[in-house]
Amino acid sequence: MFKRKNKRKPAATYREVFTKGDWATKLSFVVMGASQLKHKQWAKGLAFLLIEVGFFVWLIHTGISELSLFTSLGPIKAKKVVFDNAQGIYITKLPSNSVVILLFGVLALIILAALIGLYIFNLRSTRNLYVADRDHETIETNKQELKSLFDTRLHATLMTIPIILIVAFTVLPTMYMISMAFTNYNREHAIAFSWTGFQAFGQVLSGDLAGTFFPVLGWTLLWAVMATATTFFFGVLLAMLIESKGIRFKGFWRTLFIIVYAVPQFVSLLLMAQFLDLQGPLNNLLLSWGWIDHAINFIGASANPWVARATVIVVNMWIGIPVSMLVSTAIIQNLPQDQIEAARMDGAGPLQVFRHITFPQILFVMAPSLIQQFIGNINNFNVIYLLTGGYPMNNNYNGAGDTDLLVTWLYNLTFGQLQRYNASAVLGILIFIISAVFSLLAYRRTNAFKEG
Amino acid sequence: MKSYHERQRVSLISRYVLLIFLALVWLFPIVWIVLASFSYNDTGFISTIWPEQFTIQNYVGILTNSQFPFLYWIRNTLVVSLVSMVLSTFVTISVAYSLSRLRFKFRKPFLQIALVLGMFPGFMSMIALYYILKSFNMLNLAGLTMVYIGGAGLGFYIAKGFFDTIPIAIDEAAVMDGATKWQSFIHVGLPLSRPMIVYTALTTFMAPWVDFIFSGIILSSSGNPKDYTIAYGLYNMLHSAKGASTTYFAQFIAGCVIIAIPITIIFVIMQKFYVNGITQGADKG
Repeated sequence: MFKRKNKRKPAATYREVFTKGDWATKLSFVVMGASQLKHKQWAKGLAFLLIEVGFFVWLIHTGISELSLFTSLGPIKAKKVVFDNAQGIYITKLPSNSVVILLFGVLALIILAALIGLYIFNLRSTRNLYVADRDHETIETNKQELKSLFDTRLHATLMTIPIILIVAFTVLPTMYMISMAFTNYNREHAIAFSWTGFQAFGQVLSGDLAGTFFPVLGWTLLWAVMATATTFFFGVLLAMLIESKGIRFKGFWRTLFIIVYAVPQFVSLLLMAQFLDLQGPLNNLLLSWGWIDHAINFIGASANPWVARATVIVVNMWIGIPVSMLVSTAIIQNLPQDQIEAARMDGAGPLQVFRHITFPQILFVMAPSLIQQFIGNINNFNVIYLLTGGYPMNNNYNGAGDTDLLVTWLYNLTFGQLQRYNASAVLGILIFIISAVFSLLAYRRTNAFKEG
Repeated sequence: MKSYHERQRVSLISRYVLLIFLALVWLFPIVWIVLASFSYNDTGFISTIWPEQFTIQNYVGILTNSQFPFLYWIRNTLVVSLVSMVLSTFVTISVAYSLSRLRFKFRKPFLQIALVLGMFPGFMSMIALYYILKSFNMLNLAGLTMVYIGGAGLGFYIAKGFFDTIPIAIDEAAVMDGATKWQSFIHVGLPLSRPMIVYTALTTFMAPWVDFIFSGIILSSSGNPKDYTIAYGLYNMLHSAKGASTTYFAQFIAGCVIIAIPITIIFVIMQKFYVNGITQGADKG
């Protein structure tokens, strides 16, 4: 039922439509909706017409100036005093507000693209009408057209609002930030900035930020590997412990652990930071038990980088193992038992069964979602930001601490003291590339699984 | 040599001991948070496990604090999350249903574009949204609500996975009987997906209660604490008001406990869906 139709040659080329069509069809190439109106498809025709009128009003009113400003991001780059000949006085010209110019420029491009899409749609609809006329087929009436929006074209009805929202709240911001990576928007050019091509990429990859970028990238990858591996491995172990024979009230035990994950992270992590503080309860407890001689600086500003990093991974285990336990429980319950039974018969101990049968099977099922988790961990803002805030400080880094990940550094570059907006946009693009590479790997792996 | 039963017993007991030990380790910090919320404290620092002096003053304090209007925060968050819940659920379910049950030309490209957009770190668009809302003068609760709804269109994966499991034959039967696609959506698709709708509604409802980043970026410039949502309000209480945080630290913990309890309960109830969501996502890669 849902097989793709084979690509057929269109019933008429646009050239044929234009040369042989009647006046309304010809007019449709310039005035959108003309052909539809002639065929009494009032709703569609009027919608096309009004949108086109609206577009040209916008284009003449603001669109052209927005687009032309977009090419230079504003003519005035710095505040200056100029002599105004007409008035005969000196006036100060404020620098152009490039942030707004860039934003509306991107918006104008999107509107332009949307109109081109609509124009093509209009042509296609015109062609259909032309073909129907030529072959003497019945033409959908206005009423039928509207009805089809709730039947064969229900997708159009359901998807319109979501697509508008996605364009406004995801596509526009993403394009905006991508274009920001090609400017010199930073503290020195906070109001008026200009296009500078790949300069900002150069700063991050080989310029003054490279000394921070590569170590932070290294730690980000190490963190993502460690965080994913530890939570997965121990999550599976915990799930097997709870699922093992003889343990009663399994649901109760699972809930106990999941509570930790359910508590909002800004509560659990912020207070965990307090818990681990140099003078916090954990240190006091360990001191009073006599396990340590002096307080350990887990995550403070002057902590040992590797102590802090290990602490972050351990705290992440505290939060992540319960989820991983929950997921692997579902998988363990559905594992085929025959292999395990067979191995037991052959005298395999529980450890061997786990190592050679259960664990590989779980790994096999979980592999794609593990890669997703890995990407999620690369972008794990909460744990770092709430727990350490990037601390301990590192004087060799520019705007980042020892536990800062690329995302938290990105955040600092924009909202911190450095105000390297263009560099943070570059980082966003680089993170995208890293995620895309790993997603691609994941995608190919899953396909391999399906074929194998 | 021990008997088989005895060995079984030892194994079971040792597993119970291990489980109880782990549960204690896991819940210890959570218990400490609850205890700390009852401790009498004005130093802004909790350094003991067991409070030296129990008090409920922290709870009374946070509910009546004029500098940190906790009740306003709850009201704001409630309004934002209810509006966002209704509209986001509508958006998410529409997209998920269309992508799962309907076939149209733009379907594949849409899925691919959604995949690509999802790989950009959320912060990038967050920073841009700040400028966008700023230039439209929308740095307020209404703008924040719109941001939450705007994100709903791409959060369709779990709901789509659910729709994918409903046999297509049910739809076909409805169409055979003369139903339009709209009718089969309303009368067949939606009733069958009631659990999914509840899940989507609950997750979107919870989002504003735990989100301190987005709300922080968007609401911080207003400077009026009465306009904050709960997550940002509490976060701000601890961070930006350094001087105040020392005096109100225990109140902050009390506030955290107050909102953590309902959220934790909702999440625990939803855990089954959560698992389905993850494993289904795994299937799709």
